[in-house]
Amino acid sequence: MVTIRAQGLSVRLGRHPAVSGVDLELGPGELVGIIGPNGAGKSTLIRAMLGLVKRENGSVLIDGADSARLGRQQIARRIAYLPQGQTLHWPLAVERLVALGRLPHLGPLSRLSVEDEALIDAALMRADALHLKGRVATELSGGERARVLLARALAVGAPALIADEPLAALDPGHQIDVMDLLRAEARAGSLVVTVLHDLGMAARYCDRLVLMDRGSPVADGAPLDVLTAGNLAKVYGISARIETDGDWPLILPTGRTAS
Amino acid sequence: MSARRHPLLIPTLTALALLAALASLTLGAVPLSPARIFAVLGGGGDDVARAILLDLRLPRMLLGLIVGAMLGLAGAALQGYLRNPLAEPSVLGASNCAALGAVGALYFGLAQAHPLALPALAIMTGLIGIAALFLLAGPAESPLTLILAGIAIATLAGAGISLSLNLSPNPFAAMEIMSWLMGSLENRAYGHVWIALPCVVVGAALLIADRRTLDALTLGEDGAQALGIDLRRARIRLMLGVAIGVGGAVAVSGAIGFVGLIVPHLVRPLTDRSPSAILLPSMLGGAALLTLADIGVRLIPTGSELKLGVLTALLGVPVFLMHLMRERRLW
Repeated sequence: MVTIRAQGLSVRLGRHPAVSGVDLELGPGELVGIIGPNGAGKSTLIRAMLGLVKRENGSVLIDGADSARLGRQQIARRIAYLPQGQTLHWPLAVERLVALGRLPHLGPLSRLSVEDEALIDAALMRADALHLKGRVATELSGGERARVLLARALAVGAPALIADEPLAALDPGHQIDVMDLLRAEARAGSLVVTVLHDLGMAARYCDRLVLMDRGSPVADGAPLDVLTAGNLAKVYGISARIETDGDWPLILPTGRTAS
Repeated sequence: MSARRHPLLIPTLTALALLAALASLTLGAVPLSPARIFAVLGGGGDDVARAILLDLRLPRMLLGLIVGAMLGLAGAALQGYLRNPLAEPSVLGASNCAALGAVGALYFGLAQAHPLALPALAIMTGLIGIAALFLLAGPAESPLTLILAGIAIATLAGAGISLSLNLSPNPFAAMEIMSWLMGSLENRAYGHVWIALPCVVVGAALLIADRRTLDALTLGEDGAQALGIDLRRARIRLMLGVAIGVGGAVAVSGAIGFVGLIVPHLVRPLTDRSPSAILLPSMLGGAALLTLADIGVRLIPTGSELKLGVLTALLGVPVFLMHLMRERRLW
């Protein structure tokens, strides 16, 4: 169980204010989607929550403790992070790659224990990638690689998972697999935060959406309260058909609004 | 492609390094019969054999192992840290700066004053170089800033070396500097071992301590930091490790190129390719390779003894190219 709270959080990238004055509280058991147009500060916001970019102002509290005072390793044990893009600098075996997720728990001289190995297998299983264990990660297809990297993040075994655009490069079937998995993690009590571009997926799967525009949240709440025609026009500059199919919202962007 | 370390890799490389070390003791310009060698190793033997083995060949063999191990390890660690297969021990400017100090010692005649003045000065300038790199590269975490600053420092040190050649008072001084720059383990004594060994031990320990940092960096800088790695501190350790270790090695052997570049490439396919897995094999492989090359320069009959740096480059390039042809689909 983990709670992340941002208070008056501001970040500058160079001279450009990327995130300004964000107050946000994220709690266990939630699947939170962070949406917004390109350059709205979504990735910067989550990187700031992880302490990966320097904060200009404000604070991030992880379980009430100022993250600036927590060591990197303590943050790493509480929040797993799946970065944007599928960065892999060496052709590692899938097994080795997923084992990196255990790093925050290893002492300087200790080796992977049997328990660690079991957690690695369990993570691969949850990401539907156990059959890829013996393969080389750089030789996988985009979809397979995405699942392996997700398994790497799950192997951390942290009570919170932050995933930056986990659906990029995935076909619709695998998009659904990944969203099902993230929702299952949240249902099991984890805090799951994910940056998404697909409004339909965001509306259908997330418990809560945070709509970012120019560095600040402009709407925060249940998907259908956030994805209103007015918000979409104002923030994205688009018109969309918004319908409900049973309990599920359907969002279909139809065109640009005149601005 | 295999995804795990070959089970015989470490034993084979260890055996190779030991064999090379033994061969380095037994082979040389003056032939010694095995009986005389064993007599010396047993604590007896005649004076000539004792002098050749214990005072000439033994320190030379030790330095070959120590310097080779450091160059191989530094190359492997830097390729991992910079995530760049082109990286080698000279990439941060440490070896050029150390060479500049050594050349200064030769130029100003300090090397004649005391045999250890040259290595001591080389280590000092190596450390000054890395301090300058800290100031230049600043707190930026990108490896590119570090590479660019390293190239700038290496070029400046290279210019200093050229300047000393340019201004050298006579051709003999220039010749002395040139031949030192080509790298050699000729005429080294225990004093050199005692100056290189502590530097290499400290340097190697600093690099090996960060093996998990190197693995984590496979996921990029954000990925590594989110796994609990403090990259700022890791960078300080790695830079100091390279400066102290490579500085100490270059100080006693001169600039020996290519070992640090090719050895990690040669061993990588036999491991699981994670940066940490190539550290130990690169160390053993570097030690074996440099010791073997040093036997080569002694045995190849040329008018004046071949320089070690010349041979490693001459042999290294074809081996490296062949290897590259086979492996290129991976890059």
